[in-house]
Amino acid sequence: MYNFDYEKAASADDAVKAAGGSDDVMFLAGGMTLIPTLKLRLTQPEKVVDVGGIGDMKGISVSGDTVTIGAATTHADVAGSDDVKKAIPALAKLASLIGDQQVRNRGTIGGSIANADPAADYPAAVVGLGATVKTNKREIAGDDFFTAMFETALEPGELITSVSFPVPEKADYQKLANPASGYAMVGVMVAKTKDGVRVGVTGAGPSAFRASAIEDALGSDFSSDAAKGVTMSSDDLNNDLHATAEYRASCISTLAARAVKAIG
Amino acid sequence: MSHAISMTVNGRSVSATVESRTLLTEFLRDNLRLTGTHVGCDTSQCGACTVHVNGKSVKSCTMLAVQCDGAEVLTIEGLANGEDLHPMQKAFNDHHGLQCGFCTPGMVMSALEVADNNSDPSDEDIAKGLAGNYCRCTGYENIYRAVKAGAKAMGS
Amino acid sequence: MAKHVGERMKRVEDGRFLTGRGTYTDDISKPGQTYAVFVRSPHAHAKIKSVNVDSALNVEGVVAVYTGADMAADGVGGLPCGWQVIGKGGTPMIEPAHPPLAVDTVRYVGDAVAVVIAETKNAAKDGAEALEVDYDVQPAVASAVKAMESGAPQVHDEVPGNVCYDWELGDKDAVDKAINDAHHVTTFDLVNNRLIPNAIEPRAAIGEYDPAGDNYTLTTTSQNPHVIRLLMCAFVLQIPEHKCRVVAPDVGGGFGSKIFHYAEEAVVTWASKKAGRPVKWTSDRSEAFLTDAHGRDHVTKAQLAMDKDGKFTALKVATVANMGAYLSTFASSIPTYLYATLLAGQYTTPVIYAEVKAVFTHTTPVDAYRGAGRPEATYVIERIVEIAAREMGMDPAEIRRKNFIQPDQFPYETPVALTYDTGNYQASLDRALELSDYANFEKRREESAKNGKLRGVGLSCYIEACGIAPSAVAGALGARAGLYEAAEVRFAPTGTVSVFTGSHSHGQGHETTFAQLTADRLGIPVENVDIVHGDTDRIPFGMGTYGSRSLAVGGSAIVKAIDKIIVKGKKIAAHMMEENADDVEFDDGVFSVKGTNKSLTIGEVAFQAYVPHNFPHDELEPGLDESAFYDPNNFTYPAGAYVCEVEVDPDTGECTVEKFTAVDDFGNLINPMIVEGQVHGGIAQGIGQALLEGCVYSDDGQLVTGSYMDYAMPRAEHIPDYNFDFTTTPCTHNPIGAKGCGEAGAIGTPAAVINALTDALRVAGVDNIEMPATPLKIWQALNANKQAAE
Repeated sequence: MYNFDYEKAASADDAVKAAGGSDDVMFLAGGMTLIPTLKLRLTQPEKVVDVGGIGDMKGISVSGDTVTIGAATTHADVAGSDDVKKAIPALAKLASLIGDQQVRNRGTIGGSIANADPAADYPAAVVGLGATVKTNKREIAGDDFFTAMFETALEPGELITSVSFPVPEKADYQKLANPASGYAMVGVMVAKTKDGVRVGVTGAGPSAFRASAIEDALGSDFSSDAAKGVTMSSDDLNNDLHATAEYRASCISTLAARAVKAIG
Repeated sequence: MSHAISMTVNGRSVSATVESRTLLTEFLRDNLRLTGTHVGCDTSQCGACTVHVNGKSVKSCTMLAVQCDGAEVLTIEGLANGEDLHPMQKAFNDHHGLQCGFCTPGMVMSALEVADNNSDPSDEDIAKGLAGNYCRCTGYENIYRAVKAGAKAMGS
Repeated sequence: MAKHVGERMKRVEDGRFLTGRGTYTDDISKPGQTYAVFVRSPHAHAKIKSVNVDSALNVEGVVAVYTGADMAADGVGGLPCGWQVIGKGGTPMIEPAHPPLAVDTVRYVGDAVAVVIAETKNAAKDGAEALEVDYDVQPAVASAVKAMESGAPQVHDEVPGNVCYDWELGDKDAVDKAINDAHHVTTFDLVNNRLIPNAIEPRAAIGEYDPAGDNYTLTTTSQNPHVIRLLMCAFVLQIPEHKCRVVAPDVGGGFGSKIFHYAEEAVVTWASKKAGRPVKWTSDRSEAFLTDAHGRDHVTKAQLAMDKDGKFTALKVATVANMGAYLSTFASSIPTYLYATLLAGQYTTPVIYAEVKAVFTHTTPVDAYRGAGRPEATYVIERIVEIAAREMGMDPAEIRRKNFIQPDQFPYETPVALTYDTGNYQASLDRALELSDYANFEKRREESAKNGKLRGVGLSCYIEACGIAPSAVAGALGARAGLYEAAEVRFAPTGTVSVFTGSHSHGQGHETTFAQLTADRLGIPVENVDIVHGDTDRIPFGMGTYGSRSLAVGGSAIVKAIDKIIVKGKKIAAHMMEENADDVEFDDGVFSVKGTNKSLTIGEVAFQAYVPHNFPHDELEPGLDESAFYDPNNFTYPAGAYVCEVEVDPDTGECTVEKFTAVDDFGNLINPMIVEGQVHGGIAQGIGQALLEGCVYSDDGQLVTGSYMDYAMPRAEHIPDYNFDFTTTPCTHNPIGAKGCGEAGAIGTPAAVINALTDALRVAGVDNIEMPATPLKIWQALNANKQAAE
C-alpha cells in the first residue's frame, strides 16, 4: 500500500471540508472496496477521509412510506433491522446476500453505491425500488444515480449522507452469485408499487438498470410465467469468464420470475 | 503520516504509533506479535485474518489499524481462559474441525458470530456465516459439526 | 496399557492451532531481518533487454537488489527436476535450464527477474515498483495442444516443437488389434482442467547465514525439508549439505504445491549471505496464483474396446500434458508414472496402451497437486466406463462388476507395469450402492423432476498407487532419488519417547497418528510420546510427505525403528534379569521371561540403558535410541467406490451436489477420525475440480483467474451430505497394513460428480461437459442442445 494521509471526520460537513472537492481525496466508509484497492496499489489517494464514524450518517428510520438508511449504515444492520424486514423485507434480504458476514459487518450502503461496482447488490435496490440518494448538497433520483461502470452522478467531494427507499406493495430480490467472488452475476429486484412494477437489475450490465421489457410484461400480467416469457436482449450486457451476455440475459428473466414467484 | 492509537486487544490496553496504511492485521501480527491471526489472501476473501472488533467479526486485513482507535479487539489468542479452551475451540478439537490449522483462527472467530446469532444454527446458517472463510483441508464437514456443537455449548 | 490404534483419538496438535500458538514460517521473525519482494515478469514471454537496478537501490529502505546475472556470476545453478523420463526410442526428456532468477528470457507471467531486499515489506515493494526492466515482448503460447502446432512460439531454444518428451507404455499393436476386433468401441475426448492448489497458507521462506560457522538456515513452507536441502545444496547453491539446515515448521496445507524446490527458497538463502542479513519472503496470494506449481492440465483422447457382453478388451489413451514453462521438481513423473500406470483402474482390461506428450508452454510450471496423475487417470477410466455403460445400455454398476479384478486374482499384474497386492472392489461398490440407496434413485429423480430439476447419479470406482515409493521401482522408472523414509525413536532416561520422522505433517495429524502407533507398539502412555518433524538438524533424514505415503512408508519406518528398540531392550532386559536375550519376550510395554515371573517394564529398561553401571561394554552398548530407513517393496493400492447425486436447475445451470457416498479401502486404520477428515477434504477438492475450479489463461499467456475474485474455491455451502464407510483389505507388504488416505477423495470424486451431472443432463441430450462444470457451461450445454433441437 502507498502511504496516505488519514483523517477521521466527525460530521458530514467536516468530511466534505476535509475532502475539499479534490480528486485525490477519497472517502472511506466500510472500506470493503477501497482498502483492497489500496492494498493492491491500484489507487494512490493523497488523503483518505474516514466517514465511517459519523453518527448522523448511521441508522435506519421509517416514516410514512419511506425507509431512510444512513449512508454509513452497515449491510449487517440493514439485514438485521426489524424495521427494514417489516417495511421492505426484500431490502433486508438483499443486504443479507452481500459478500459475507465480515463484509456485511463493515460495508456500508453509501460506500457500496458510491463505488457503483456493476456487480454490487445495492444498485438493484436503488434502481428497482426507485430510491432517492441524498448527498451533502442535493437529492438524486435512483434512476439517475448510476451513469456508467464505476461511475455515478456524484461530483468530486460530494458525499452521500443517506438513501431513502419508498415502501413498495411487494418486492423480492433474487441473486445469482459469481461462484468465485460472490458478487452478483445477475441480481434482480422486482417491486410492485402503487405506480406500477419496477424491475432493477444489477450485475448484468455496466451499471444497474431497469428491465423495462419485464416491467411491461409484469405490468399487464404479474406472474412468473410473464417474466420468464420475456426474452431480454443481450446487447450491452457484460461478458466474462463466469457469465456470457446471453447467459445473463436469460438469467434476468429467470430471476425476475423467481422473484415474482417469491412475492406470490 | 503517523497516528497515535489506543485500543483494547484481548482485554489489554495497547497504544502505538502507526502509519495510516498500517492494516489491523499488520498491527496485530507485527506490533503486538499476535501471530495467531493469519493472512491467506490479498483480496479480502479467505477470512484467515478474521477477528472481532467491537463484538463483530471483521477481516483484519481489510481494516486500517487507525480505524480501530478506541475499539475493542478480540483475537484467537483471547479466547481461551488460561489452559481451558473456549467451548468453540473445544468443539473444533472434539469434532476434528481443523487440519493444518492455518484457517482455523479465522474460522473459529467467524463461528463465534454464527453462535452469537443462534445457539442452534442450521446447516444453512453455518454455510452463510462461514461464506467468508476458506478451508482447503477439512472439506468443511467437520466444521459444520464443530460449529453446531460449539454453539450449543455456548448457549447452555 | 490402553490401546490406541483404531481409536478416534482427538488430535494433540490442535491445542496450539486453536489458540493461535501455531508457528508458521511467516510468524517467525529473525533479528535484523530484511524483506524480499520479487520483481516478476508481466509478460508470458519476453527477452530481457536490460535491468536497471539503480532506480530500485535509490528507494529509501532498499538494502540490495539482485538479478539473475548476479546469481549466474556466483555460479548458482538451475532448479533441478528429480525424475527423468525416457521417451519413445530411448530418447530422454529435454531438461532446459531453470535459473532461480531469469537471466535473459522470461517464460511465464510471474517468472522472477530480480529480488529487492529492504528494511520493510513496503520499502521492498516500492523498490520493486521502481526497478526498471526493459522487455522485448515475444509471442507466447499457453495451450499445450497449440504449443505443438507448427509455427507455435518456442518456449526454449533447446526444445524444438516444445515437446519435452513423447513417451509410451503398453503394447500398442495388441491394443490396436483388440480395438479393431471389438464389438463396440467407446471414444471419449476430455480436458482435465488445470488447477491452482491454494493451500491457505501462502508460501514463505526465510534465509539466514551465520558467518561464524559458515552455516545457512532456510525456514520454509515445505512438505519435505530434507529434499529441499538436498536439491538446493547439491544442484542450485552448491553449499555443503552439512552446512545447511532446512526447517519446515507448522505448514498451512500443501496438497503437493509445497513439495517442490522453488526459486524463492534458493534466492533468500543465497541472498542472506550476500546481504549479510536474514532475508524473509512471504508470498502474496496474487503471487501464489502465479508461482505455486499448478496441477493437472491434460488433454486426452481415449478409446475403450469391449465385447458384446461389455467385457473390456482394450484401452488406448493419448494425452498431452502441459508442463508449463520449466520442469518443476516432480513434473515429468506425474503424467507418466503416476498416471499411465494407473489406467487399468479396478478392471481386468487385458491390454492397455498409453502415449503421453509433455509439452512446454508459457505458463506457470505444472507439477503434483493432490492425487497427481491418479485423478487424471481415474477421470479417464471412470468417465469412459460410464459412457460405455450408457452406450451399451447397461447399468453403470453392472458393467463395472463385470470387469472388476476379483478378490482371488491378487496379486494382480496389470498391463501397465503395476502389481496390485490386494483389494476387494466388489465389496466397496456393493456397500456404496447400499449406503447411497442407489436402488431407489429413480424415485428421487422423479421427485426432482416435479420441481423442475434434473437429477443424476454417477459412480466412480477409483484406484491409486500410494505409499510412494519402492526405490527400486522408482529408480527403474527414472527417479533420481530413493523414496524410502527414515525415522528415529529415542527413549529419554525417564521413559518418555521422541520419534523423529522424515514425514512432514501439514494438516495430516501425524503428531497424533504416529503417537498412537508408537504408544501401542511400545506399550507406553500416548502422552509420553512426542512426534518431531520438519527440521533437518533434528531428524536423521526424510523424503517428506506426499503421495499418501506418510503412514505406509513413514509409519513403517517408525515401526522398524521400534522393532530395533525392542531388540535392544530385550538385550538390556536379559542383562538386568540375568537371562538369555532369546528367552525374553516383549508385550505391551513389559519384557518378561517365559516360564518365570521375571519381568521389567520398558521404562525400567530405558532407565537402565542410560544408567549402565554394570553393562558388559563388549556386549551391550548404553542408550536406547534407534533409527531406521524403510523402503517399501511395492506401492500400496487404496481403492474405493463413490456415488454422487446432483441436481441441476435447467434455467440457470446451477448444480448442487445433493448426496455423496464414499466407501474407501485404505487397509488398516490407526485413527478413523483423521482418515475421514482426509477423505472429506479430498472430496471437497474433487467437487472443486468438477464444478468450481478452473485455471484459465488467455491465449497470450496472461492468467485470467489470478485471484479469488475469478478462481472459485469450494466453500462451506458447496458441501453435500456425506455417507461414509470403509471396507478393509490390509496392505500385504508393510508392517502396519495401511495403504494411505490423503489423496483418495481428490482422485475418485471428479468422475463421480461429472458422471452424475451428465446423467442428469442426458434427458436434455447432453452427454459430456468439461470441468469445471460451472452454471454457465451447464446452461450453455442445455441451451445449445435446445437450439439444435429447434
